[in-house]
Amino acid sequence: MKMVMTGNYASAYGAKVCRAEVISAYPITPQTSIVEKIATLCSSGEMKAKFVKVESEHSAMAALISASMTGARTYTATSSHGLLLMHELLIWAAGARTPVVMSNVCRANGPPWSVWADHHDAIAQRDTGWMQVFCEGNQEVLDSIIMAYKLGEREDIRLPSIINEDAFILSHTVEPVDVPEMEDVDSFLPPFNPRFRLDVNEPYGFGSLVMPDMYMEFRYKINEAMEAARQGWRDVEKDFERHFGRSHGGLVEFYKCEGADAILIMAGSIASTAKDVVDDLRAKGKKVGLARIRVFRPFPVEEIRKLAGMANTMGMCDHSYTFGHWGPMGQEVRGALYDMNDRPLLMNYIVGLGGKDMTPGVIEKIYLKTLALKGGLDHDIEWIGVKGHGGW
Amino acid sequence: MTREQLKGVYKTYQDLPLTPITSVNSSANQTGFWKTFKPVLDSSKCIKCAICWKFCPDVAVRMKEDVFPEFDLRHCKGCGICANECPKQAITMVMEGDVE
Amino acid sequence: MAKFTIPTEEYMNPGHVGCLGCGGCHAMRYTLKALGPKTIISIPACCWAVMPGVFPYKCLEVPLINTAFEVTGASISGIKAALEAKGIDDVTVAGFAGDGGTADIGIQALSGMAERGTDAIYIMYDNEAYMNTGIQRSSSTPVGAWTTTTPVGNTKDWKKQPKKNMMDIMVAHKIPYAATCSVGFPEDMIKKLRKAQGIRGPKFIQIYAPCPTGWRMQPEKTIEVCRLAVSTAAYPLYEVENGVYTISRKPSELKPIKDYMAIQGRFRHLPQEEVDAIQKTVNWEWKRLLRLEEFTKGLVEG
Repeated sequence: MKMVMTGNYASAYGAKVCRAEVISAYPITPQTSIVEKIATLCSSGEMKAKFVKVESEHSAMAALISASMTGARTYTATSSHGLLLMHELLIWAAGARTPVVMSNVCRANGPPWSVWADHHDAIAQRDTGWMQVFCEGNQEVLDSIIMAYKLGEREDIRLPSIINEDAFILSHTVEPVDVPEMEDVDSFLPPFNPRFRLDVNEPYGFGSLVMPDMYMEFRYKINEAMEAARQGWRDVEKDFERHFGRSHGGLVEFYKCEGADAILIMAGSIASTAKDVVDDLRAKGKKVGLARIRVFRPFPVEEIRKLAGMANTMGMCDHSYTFGHWGPMGQEVRGALYDMNDRPLLMNYIVGLGGKDMTPGVIEKIYLKTLALKGGLDHDIEWIGVKGHGGW
Repeated sequence: MTREQLKGVYKTYQDLPLTPITSVNSSANQTGFWKTFKPVLDSSKCIKCAICWKFCPDVAVRMKEDVFPEFDLRHCKGCGICANECPKQAITMVMEGDVE
Repeated sequence: MAKFTIPTEEYMNPGHVGCLGCGGCHAMRYTLKALGPKTIISIPACCWAVMPGVFPYKCLEVPLINTAFEVTGASISGIKAALEAKGIDDVTVAGFAGDGGTADIGIQALSGMAERGTDAIYIMYDNEAYMNTGIQRSSSTPVGAWTTTTPVGNTKDWKKQPKKNMMDIMVAHKIPYAATCSVGFPEDMIKKLRKAQGIRGPKFIQIYAPCPTGWRMQPEKTIEVCRLAVSTAAYPLYEVENGVYTISRKPSELKPIKDYMAIQGRFRHLPQEEVDAIQKTVNWEWKRLLRLEEFTKGLVEG
């Protein structure tokens, strides 16, 4: 049914149509309307989930890991500090192979306090073993939740997922969203039925101590699942397209990259603005393109390498930074390109931290900078828009 | 199964469950080799009250109604609670000799 | 004549790696005898996380989930919600955590579970320190005790802060049932656990579980020290049902606290004036408990 709603409501409806059985969440700006919507849906009976109103995000994840281990389909939503608080348990959920799906409203971390869009919270979880998707629009938010359950609950994957939506830009902005009928989702997504669970008829222990001779083997199994998830995401998206008639571009969405002189790589809602800038610049005769990283974990190595064959100059716009060296996606793109014979020129741009506005004007400046890049770069990373630095 | 036998079952990572799921009865782990002292029963004093069975932390006292208790020396760690609690002092803790 | 005063079915296998004389082993053994096979247990980081042994050994014949340290309260809420979502209502959900994982790092999750009324039993087995990590002090360590982080000798740094009263905290949450019990009194413990099992809502059971290793005590004295704890009122056994106190064991005359301390090496260093001060506190707490029983019973009748 076509409705008009915010990204947060799209998340809530995503959990609803997927028939999440146990939901446990703690309020944090700007995720609150997800929790409020779910509370309304549960209390009216429209949604049959058990909503555990926990006293912290850490407890929310703990409740869900145990609920998932008992065989229930689980969902939560959080943002920024809530996600950071859950960090210990994100690693636990991946290790316990519980396919929890979580909406993260990407928000900057304090201090200073900020409620605006920034990917640092999600990026800080890249080592946890969770799959991660960055959404460009509200329809994608809802659809990605459905796909995350379908893929995550496969017995050979069994990995949890974070579906990222940018704070306020997606979470609180209204867009048309086609909410699928529950029967349609039921025929696409069967009930969660894990082989092993907490069951008094078949008592096992879960999560015991393991000696050094076997720990690495358990970790290797997670690695195997994550590697299989690359093709898994391609497959589930094709499946989704066959079933619901729409797609969001696979692991990396290529936009007007053919014959480009310069391609910018982005993730999240800034890519949406960038598409308009690409259209404008192309109309002015500048051959530019945009690649939008959708699935960040597992990292789409093949798609990035394919991209590199399309242009000589690339810029990776990171909407976050890992203090130490390079932006996080910049590092990973660079790593993916390392072994290529004809590596493109790659500049890493740090953009939009704390919700600093990425206007079409700014993005156009970045494209022009990238087009002007020549070989023998004397620096490989630039912070955009910092007052008093780099000409801003 | 002993740990040596288990190594034969879990040879590669593919033999493992997807997360550590424990399913082998821990009684395969024979903790009896921990003990320095072992309990010895004087059946002439024993009144079969089952207090030793009740207070054994290692489930190492086997007992049925009206039968003398039996000590499972493969699991008994020699803590001495049974001897300390026996109302008739029918159990003595004796230094274990060579490993059985 | 064998008189089995507690159920004979075993749901705990031998071969666990608990210390000699471990009171925590008794706690688990009697808990499972009380609750039966239709129980799901959630265990955080504590001695019991390690005691079943290494993968793939299974010590308990009930389903068991190991969780992170501070989450037991949240974990049992999650398991209960999942069972309700599946329409399963005849399974008991129990958290089984140590005193550190309950009174310190786990108190938030426990408070949350009690406040939102989760229908589950939270069991704290109290060995009065962080034993699994090597005998460090917790808020449940009694005054005067030696631990590795409250060193004695010249520094005289034994634990000075009073033992955190988890029962008072849980009663303040207005839960339907809270009780202390002891592994030295298994019949009483099993009765209380079964009573808790039959009540809907959050229940809190605190088990006195001596640790010979951490208390510097001979392992065969584990059950004997339980009796001393009750006869000296160092650890009274009582229950609070809907705010009404009932003391389970009332010694006609309290033995002196020094008798309780004599059997444990962790109090050996205490000078006489400290023992006297502790005796005063024990007497006060005991009197308070007696008055609470009188007062709350009076409220019901009056």
